[in-house]
Parts: sequence; structure tokens; C-alpha cells
Amino acid sequence: MSEAVAIRAPAIRREPGKFWIVPPAALLALLFFYPLALIVRQAFLDDSGVANVAEIIRVLHSRFFLNALINTVTISVAATAGCLIVGLVLALILAFVPFPGSGFIARLIDTFIALPTFLVTLAFTFLYGSAGMLNTGLMEAFSLPLPPVDFLYSTWGVVLAEVTVYTPFILRPLLAAFSLVDRGQIEAASVLGARPFRIVRQVILPAAVPALIAGGSLCLLLTVNEFGIVLFIGAKGVITLPLLIYGKAIQESAYQVACIIAVVNIALSLGLFGLYRFAAGRLGV
Amino acid sequence: MSAVAFTGTSVMDIDAAKVRGAGSNVHFDKVSVAYGAHVVLHPLTLDIAPGEILAMIGPSGSGKTTALRAVAGFVRPASGRIRIGATDVTDLPPYERGLGMVVQNYALFPHMRVEDNVAFGLRAQGADKALIAERVKDALGTVGMSAFARRYPRELSGGQQQRVAIARALAVRPRVLLLDEPLSALDAQIRRNMVEEIARLHRSLPGLTILYVTHDQTEALTLADKIAIMRDGRVCSHGPTTELYRRPPNRFTAEFLGRANLLPVTVEEPVGSKGFATARHGDAVLTGAGRDEKAGDKSLLCIRPQHLSLTADSEHTNRIVGTLREVHWQGELTHLVLDVDGTPVRVSATKLPTALPEPGARVPLFFAPADTSLLPEDAGV
Repeated sequence: MSEAVAIRAPAIRREPGKFWIVPPAALLALLFFYPLALIVRQAFLDDSGVANVAEIIRVLHSRFFLNALINTVTISVAATAGCLIVGLVLALILAFVPFPGSGFIARLIDTFIALPTFLVTLAFTFLYGSAGMLNTGLMEAFSLPLPPVDFLYSTWGVVLAEVTVYTPFILRPLLAAFSLVDRGQIEAASVLGARPFRIVRQVILPAAVPALIAGGSLCLLLTVNEFGIVLFIGAKGVITLPLLIYGKAIQESAYQVACIIAVVNIALSLGLFGLYRFAAGRLGV
Repeated sequence: MSAVAFTGTSVMDIDAAKVRGAGSNVHFDKVSVAYGAHVVLHPLTLDIAPGEILAMIGPSGSGKTTALRAVAGFVRPASGRIRIGATDVTDLPPYERGLGMVVQNYALFPHMRVEDNVAFGLRAQGADKALIAERVKDALGTVGMSAFARRYPRELSGGQQQRVAIARALAVRPRVLLLDEPLSALDAQIRRNMVEEIARLHRSLPGLTILYVTHDQTEALTLADKIAIMRDGRVCSHGPTTELYRRPPNRFTAEFLGRANLLPVTVEEPVGSKGFATARHGDAVLTGAGRDEKAGDKSLLCIRPQHLSLTADSEHTNRIVGTLREVHWQGELTHLVLDVDGTPVRVSATKLPTALPEPGARVPLFFAPADTSLLPEDAGV
């Protein structure tokens, strides 16, 4: 071979497909980040476009904002706790107590995910509302002049509706986690002398912790931002952050106030999401 | 896997004696199990004596695991009763039966350290902390896993996990230890070691009754005092291991428990005072250990491959001749396959003549009457 052969520079390898990031990034920027940036910008500017930090401080210290924040946190925490308890009990029964039709029941509960949230509230109104079946029945049975049951129009009515709507979000990951629990472990525990409650506590639940965290976090996120249920029930004095944003923006046209509250709501959601990712990372979910 | 062997300890030995005293025999009294109309275990009556290892072996779907699960309390018998010691446990939940169980996939609790796995049963039974610590140390010592107490199951090999599973079962001082295919997930070398170690473990815990379910005849032959061979939900044969191997009562047992050559023969003289009958196979007149065969009965003469020899001596008085078909050298053993009047006959030999005959050659085979067993031609076929 000749020594005069030129050393050819390695061909530059083109990385095919790296430009495919552009369309989704542009779409995200257009539909999500730009509107978000507008909201954040609006939170700092008054209606004439002048920076107004004093308004932010005023809103954050206002009674209506603090009440809405407390209501939002109370309702979402209570509803998530309720979802976790109801979801866990239902999942344990569906996964570990053999009965005919358990699969059908699981699928039926799943269908709640497909339904609009206000539908459950509407059903609750028919059942537990002032003119609902329960109150009408009680009034007729005991000759009462006024409806005796009015919990639906309180914080607890909202919580109950949210528990009903969001329990499937806990149930589904729990059932998936339970299906992976080795039945041999349960049987070994039982033979070793463990009663069912101990088996649930020490064998099954540790295996379900990632699913509980994932489902619970999702539930918390959804309930913090829940709008339809709270609006539809129309409970007196039960104003949450999303409802307050709606009221300020649509009914009062106080856009800066609405945007300040929206930023807080977004920060709350992102904070919860960050907490979930942190916990999930620590647990290796 | 750790090379540490199981070692018996004093506390275990003392408790073993107590277990024997408490009555650890298992009695199946016409126990049947059915799923709807499908009967998976036909009425089974069987006793396992205190301190005995009974191996239930059989092909898949033969009902052996169902029988074990009925003892554990995971399968409800359709009929019959199960007693452990003097207690009728048929209606007791598993956690009140006082058993230990080890299964194929170990079933260790993955989120607990080895020591917590072993302590689980004791905590469930409300034992005090000092006793738990003592028993955990003792059980881990017995299986040679003391150094791994702080590890998680995922940090152990398969063999080590199985040792922990055994320690966990032993820590509660069970009346009966149920072993359901405990070595099936291990590779061949580790399995051989574990079989020997379980045998050593039982020697150090002589009071422990073990019901050992397996499809591996080697495990059963190595470990069991008695064997029950299951087929189609029924016990096909049951008896002391050596007896069942040497004198299989039927064809299925002969062929399932080790390899067997079954020569069709016609009985000429029934069993005499020494327990031997005379039978004819073609031109060969053979002597074999018989039962109650009568002259003229069609029978099968069972000879294990390792009992056939290519050389005659004073004990190997029976002689048949076959045509050599195949020779397979496997290191320690050489397997020969011959055709004896249309019946394939296998020979497993450790020593062979210097000049090995070529395939196609006529080869005489010799065997001792004491190494044979006559069994009915139509039983268990």
C-alpha cells in the first residue's frame, strides 16, 4: 500500500432526529409557558400596566385569600385522606377477599374516572340535597317542617363528593401494586402465626407504599385544583382558591388579584408535585 | 452461596424433644379436595409419624401440593379431617396451626432484614424480646446465616435466601415443617448441597416432622423416611423409601422412582420360603423377589440399571442376553442401552470390561435375584 494515502477525516455523524424537539417545545411554549408567563406578569402589574407590589402584599394578607387558602388545603387534605382510606379498604377487599364479581366491581369503580366531576355532585344533590331523596324521606317519615340533613352544603359535602370522585385514582395504582404482592409471602406470614391485620400492616402495606404515595399525590393535586365540584355544590362560605380566581376574574374583573391568587395556586400545585417527585425518588418509585 | 453447612444447636435440640412430646404426627383421614365438580385430591388417608420426613412426589397436577396446602390451611377439604398431634386442625385458620412452611420462591419479606424476617413469626405470636433475640440467633446459626442477619433478602443469593426461609420457619418451633418444592428455584449444584444440608438439619432436629413436596425423585430418595407417590389426585404407593425403591408395588412407582427396566415374564414357580419366585423371559429362566404371584401369572421383573452387570459372579446368577444398541459415556457412569427380545434395557455401569463390545454385538447381562422385584403386569400401568 502506498504511504501517500491521505488520512481521511472521520465523517461528521449527523444525529438524526435531534430537531424533532422543536415542534413539541414550540407547542408547549405557545400553549402553556406563554400564557403562564402572562399570568405571572399580570400578577405584578395593575390594570394600567404599572408594577404594583403593594397589591400583592395586600392580597396575600387579605381575609378572603387566607380563608380560601385554608379551605383549599383543608378540603384537599381531608379528601385525600378519605380517598386513601376508602381506596385502601376497597383495594384490599377487591384484591384479597375472593368473591364472585370482584373484577366487575373494580371496573365499575373505574368508570368514575371517565365521568365529569360535577355529575357526582348532581347525583349527591338528588340524594342528600334539601329536596333530595334522603331529606324528603325523613321529612315525610317524621313529619319534619325542614330538611334535617344539610351537610352537603358544607365543607364536608365537598369533601364527600371529592372522595367519591377521586377514590378510583387511589384504587387503580393500589390494585396494580397488590397484584404484584407475592401470595407466597402472605401465606408464609399466615402460617407463621400472623393474623390478617398484621399481614396487611407488615406485609401488604409496605409493598403498596409507592402506590399510596403516587395515588395520594395525584389526588392531592387534583383536589387542590378542583373547581367543578365546589362550584356545583355552592356551599355557603366554602370558597377555595380556584373558585376565588374565578370570582375575581370573571365576576369582579379584578385581573391582578385573580392572577396573584392564580400564581399562589400554581406554586402550591408545583410544590406538591415537587414533594411527590422527591418522595417518589427516595422510595425508588 | 455460602459454603457454611447447617449446624445443630443446643436450644434447637432441646425444643425438638419437646415437639416430639407435644405430638407432631399428621393424620389425613379421608381428605378430599375439589374445585367445583373437579376433584383434585381423592379421599386420602395417610399418617406421618412424629419426627418423620414424608416426601410426596408425583407429576404436575397429581395433587401433592394440594395435600400440603390442605395441611397448611390454604385449601379447605371437601370432606375428611386433618389432625396434627391430637388436634383436629381442619377448621383452624393457618395462623393457629403451629406450622412452618418453606416454598419454592422463598417468599421472604423484601422490606425486612434477614433478622426481622426470622423474627416475624415470633413477633406475630407475641414472644418477648429476649426470647425473639435468642431464637433468631439460634435459627440463623442453625442454617449458617448468622453473618447475614443485617442484610436484606435482595442482597443474598438464592441458596442463602432459602436458608433464611428455613430459619424463619424453624424459629417458631413448628410442630410440622411443610416444604413445598423448596429447592426447585436453585441450580443443580446448589440443590445437591441443600439436600444434604436439609438431611443434616433433620438429624440435628430429630423431633421435627417434615412434609416434603417435590417432583424430584433424588431429593425424595435422599431425604425421606417414607415416600408417597401421587398420581391423578390419588396415592399410588406409600411406604419406607428403601422398600419402595427396592420393591415397587406397581409399574408407575417403579418408573417414577428412579429408572427401572421392566422385563415381561411368566411366573413358573411361585414364591418359596426365601421370598423368591422363578419366572421365564424367552429362553431365560430367572429368579426374582416375588409377592403372591402364582404359576402362569404374567408379571414384570423390575431391575434397576445399576444392578445389571456385564460380568458374572457368585451373586449375579440371573443371565439375559441382549443386543447392544447405544453407549453413552458420562464420566462417572457409562450408560448402555440394549435390546432384550424387543424390550429396551438400560445398564448404568461404573466399571466396564477393557474391550467394550461394539453396537450390534450380543452381550450377556447378569443380575442378582435380591436386586429384582416382580410386580403385576397390569398394576399402575
